[in-house]
Amino acid sequence: MSAEPGQNEPLKRTPLYDLHVALGAKMVPFAGYEMPVQYPLGILKEHLHTRAGAGLFDVSHMGQAYVDGPDLATTARALEALVPADIAGLRPGQQRYSQLLNDEGGIIDDLMVTRPALAKDDGRLLVVVNAACKDGDIAHMRSRLPSAVTVRLADDRALLALQGPTAKDVMARLSDMAGGLAFMTAANGKIGDFDCHVSRSGYTGEDGFEISLAAAQATDLAKLLLAQPNVQPIGLGARDSLRLEAGLCLYGHDIDETTSPVEAGLTWSIQKRRRAEGGFPGCQRIRDELARGPGRKRVGIKPAGRAPAREGTEMQSTQGERIGIVTSGGFGPSVNGPVAMGYVQSANAAPGTSVNLMVRGKALAASVVPLPFFPHRYAR
Amino acid sequence: MAIERFSKDHEWVRVEGDIATVGITDHAQGQLGDVVFVEVPEVGRKAAAGEAVAVVESVKAASDVFAPVSGEVVEANADLAANFALVNEDAEGKAWFFKIKLANAAELDKLMDRAAYDAFVKDNA
Repeated sequence: MSAEPGQNEPLKRTPLYDLHVALGAKMVPFAGYEMPVQYPLGILKEHLHTRAGAGLFDVSHMGQAYVDGPDLATTARALEALVPADIAGLRPGQQRYSQLLNDEGGIIDDLMVTRPALAKDDGRLLVVVNAACKDGDIAHMRSRLPSAVTVRLADDRALLALQGPTAKDVMARLSDMAGGLAFMTAANGKIGDFDCHVSRSGYTGEDGFEISLAAAQATDLAKLLLAQPNVQPIGLGARDSLRLEAGLCLYGHDIDETTSPVEAGLTWSIQKRRRAEGGFPGCQRIRDELARGPGRKRVGIKPAGRAPAREGTEMQSTQGERIGIVTSGGFGPSVNGPVAMGYVQSANAAPGTSVNLMVRGKALAASVVPLPFFPHRYAR
Repeated sequence: MAIERFSKDHEWVRVEGDIATVGITDHAQGQLGDVVFVEVPEVGRKAAAGEAVAVVESVKAASDVFAPVSGEVVEANADLAANFALVNEDAEGKAWFFKIKLANAAELDKLMDRAAYDAFVKDNA
């Protein structure tokens, strides 16, 4: 999400803009939008609140799109030509994480793909892509998909995320359907009086929900959710520290057009049938990397001291050779210390390997650690 | 009485005799948000005015702290190195970063007084 559009383009606003301002948010430019980076609570407390209660995030800047074809098999096979996940095997209402790949197996964007729950919607797939990539993703999909399969951005819809251990209690109070969803499934239903499409998923490592609804109703739903006990609005700052502790990739930082899903440690998102059959962009490279191991790997990095290592920090072996680079790094409020991730040569990727982080000209001791830094608490 | 001056980089300087105590302003800590790391300079380090000599990091980002005046660092705040949150609690008091022995007292004239700094912050809001 680092690909900032031209400075001269006017910033867009989500349907919740006025609410953010009324809540006292500090608004910043992000992926072409004016977004709340934090509210008066501040990033640290917003982060900790999300791990203890429930946090409400505006993610309406992300691209929600419909991929439509004549039937499920046609639409799924068409999308499978662009992503390495098993789409044809999705059950009704099931959601999967995947990546749009270029012909070299690099990641154009990462996305969520959902098969609608109702049989009447068969032939349609719902995708959610990153804000900064959405126009490019749509153009890419249109150029590659067969003429029988169309893509349309649902820019008349907002997207809210309610994340944290008490999110399910909020849903139990307001919805007769959302609380019953299994992790990585979705359905249509009501929250309060609002018609929503709800999935049990998120980007924090916590149990939670992502709620799509008509843009015109988004502010009223947000107010309803914020009026529930133990719900706080959470900005992009805490969203970033939450996902970093959860070991989740941020597009444009931890993954980009040069990194493959295997290097990024996302092989779990390439299901067995697709590995065997291939038929996705860059499949030669990806199968080679699966068979022989990639030359570099995304790993967790735990600095030994208190100093955070930020994106772009060089990593060296204890002998002083350059072995990699930090792609995300900062302070983890729940870990109560610095956390980072980045790419290192595979020979240095084993957990427990000592590395040096070159911060302000000094070598700071750190070690390779398994991800996530904070255990996932999804509703399995 | 101590002379108080402010830099455009949002440091404050309090001068008693030839020793200047330096920290970041309350406005700066508010902009940074929750401070999670501080690095203070080593005693004995010689710094030119405008040189980055300390670091303050919030959850969001790392920021340099510059020496507003030239001189030799004669003391660093050990309390601050042990309790980074002090910056948010008392930026212009207990959370001083370092003390510097002035090499050229005339440099103080290039800094702002409180009224000028407040106006500077207001203009740049």
